[in-house]
Amino acid sequence: MEAQEILAKVQDAVRSTLKTEGKEIKLEARLTEDLGGDSLDMLELIMALEERFGIEVPDEDSEAIHTVRDVVEYVKARLQESN
Amino acid sequence: MSPRPDPSGQPAVITGLGVISSCGAQVETFWQSLLQGRSGISQLERIDTEGLRTTFGGEVKDFAPERYMPAQEARRMDRFAHFAVAAARMAMHDAGFAVTPEEAFRVGVVLGTGIGGMETLVDQLQVLQERGARRVSPYFIPMMIANMAGGQVSMALGARGPCTTLQTACASASNAIGDALRLIQRGDADVVICGGTEAPFTKLAVAGFGSAHTLSTRNDDPTKASRPFEAGRDGFVMAEGAAMLVIESAAHARARGAKAYAQLAGYAMTADAAHITAPAPDGLGRVYGMRQAVADAGLELGDIGYINAHGTSTPVNDRDESQVIKRLFGPAAPPVSSTKSVTGHLLGAAGAIEAVACALALNRGILPPTINYEVPDPDCDLDYVPNVPRRASIHAALSNSFGFGGQNAILTFTAAPQDMHRSEPAAEYPGFVAPDKPEKADQV
Repeated sequence: MEAQEILAKVQDAVRSTLKTEGKEIKLEARLTEDLGGDSLDMLELIMALEERFGIEVPDEDSEAIHTVRDVVEYVKARLQESN
Repeated sequence: MSPRPDPSGQPAVITGLGVISSCGAQVETFWQSLLQGRSGISQLERIDTEGLRTTFGGEVKDFAPERYMPAQEARRMDRFAHFAVAAARMAMHDAGFAVTPEEAFRVGVVLGTGIGGMETLVDQLQVLQERGARRVSPYFIPMMIANMAGGQVSMALGARGPCTTLQTACASASNAIGDALRLIQRGDADVVICGGTEAPFTKLAVAGFGSAHTLSTRNDDPTKASRPFEAGRDGFVMAEGAAMLVIESAAHARARGAKAYAQLAGYAMTADAAHITAPAPDGLGRVYGMRQAVADAGLELGDIGYINAHGTSTPVNDRDESQVIKRLFGPAAPPVSSTKSVTGHLLGAAGAIEAVACALALNRGILPPTINYEVPDPDCDLDYVPNVPRRASIHAALSNSFGFGGQNAILTFTAAPQDMHRSEPAAEYPGFVAPDKPEKADQV
């Protein structure tokens, strides 16, 4: 999967789960502080990532994800593993 | 008959109304539908009706939750909570009242709902079965649980006083409004947003009511299906929606110069302790309940000028209700009508939409009719205000609500105190505007 495609899919997942209120979803945006994600939203985001990328995200991995960039890097790494 | 628990308690007045229904999503549109007999019943569009005995109901068409709340919040609510928040915002707008931090703990929310987030339950059960346990939404529980009706309304309005949601099936909203009255009378709150909400249109719920043979099956003529007290009635007609009332102590309303549609004056509840769905053969639960609701308002039976019946359009209820009214009131029974003939049966919200009808009947001096009344049933021989509204200067009205489980709730309404009479129509709800909404997308 191309990096551009991964970013677009991540942005879409973020938009559909967090309270982004039409904000631009930049790489440095923090999921909680900037994009309004509460604890349930974060769980929903992880589920959306699992669905869209066909991966499983263990709870301990999700704890290290704080920004959009973290999400993108994590997904890239997991997709590489599985290739 | 015992007097009301605290005769010195605060009187409660109704200062705001909100309605989301299949026959109107503004208060005055709804009222005109009642008076003109404009039925809200139609073929169901939200669900696949293949195989159902009944294919129609009172469905709220073109409901857009984002007209009433931020879209991002709406996404995490079931339809029953959407209706509740929408009707509550409408009622607050109508009352000209907003909760300030200073009095937030004096403003309560008491709602009724018969079921809860049925649509969410059905959707997520399908997710579980088709995609597995790990795909069930983390929002499933907080969207489905019934008390989110009250919870979401309290969050939308910033009301931080008593907040409950109660369930007594089709009596839920009347119990909620009655319990709200007690909060005012006891001095536990100055203002309470009370009412009911229901969004039952899932194939599962329609199938369940259908299997119990409680629904009308007049599939070829939906607008004629709800015909309470009439000889050809064959079951009730399910409907969705919500109705809310802002009630407040008369002192609080006067202090802010608010006008009132009517006074909420009395309340009683009884249980039949007899059968899960049928009314008790002895009728005593309903007779005692109505008598107690009248006494609770400090009135005599002869003061009651109108009864808004439970009047579901099932063969059993309407016969039984007619008989218990006759038994209590004798030959001098007041006019009785069932607005369910127009609205259908909103289940846990029914008592609220009928409370709105009673408040407006007292306010306007007009009794809403029972439509679809063509052939009299010899077992139902009261004055049902057939087909057309009637001018009547009444001072007090009763509203009956009877739930599965034999749970009966009866409310008494009286005319507003003269100095508070509201002569203005209900305010048109203009739609929700988010406070501090950013003008353009923030750069993050």
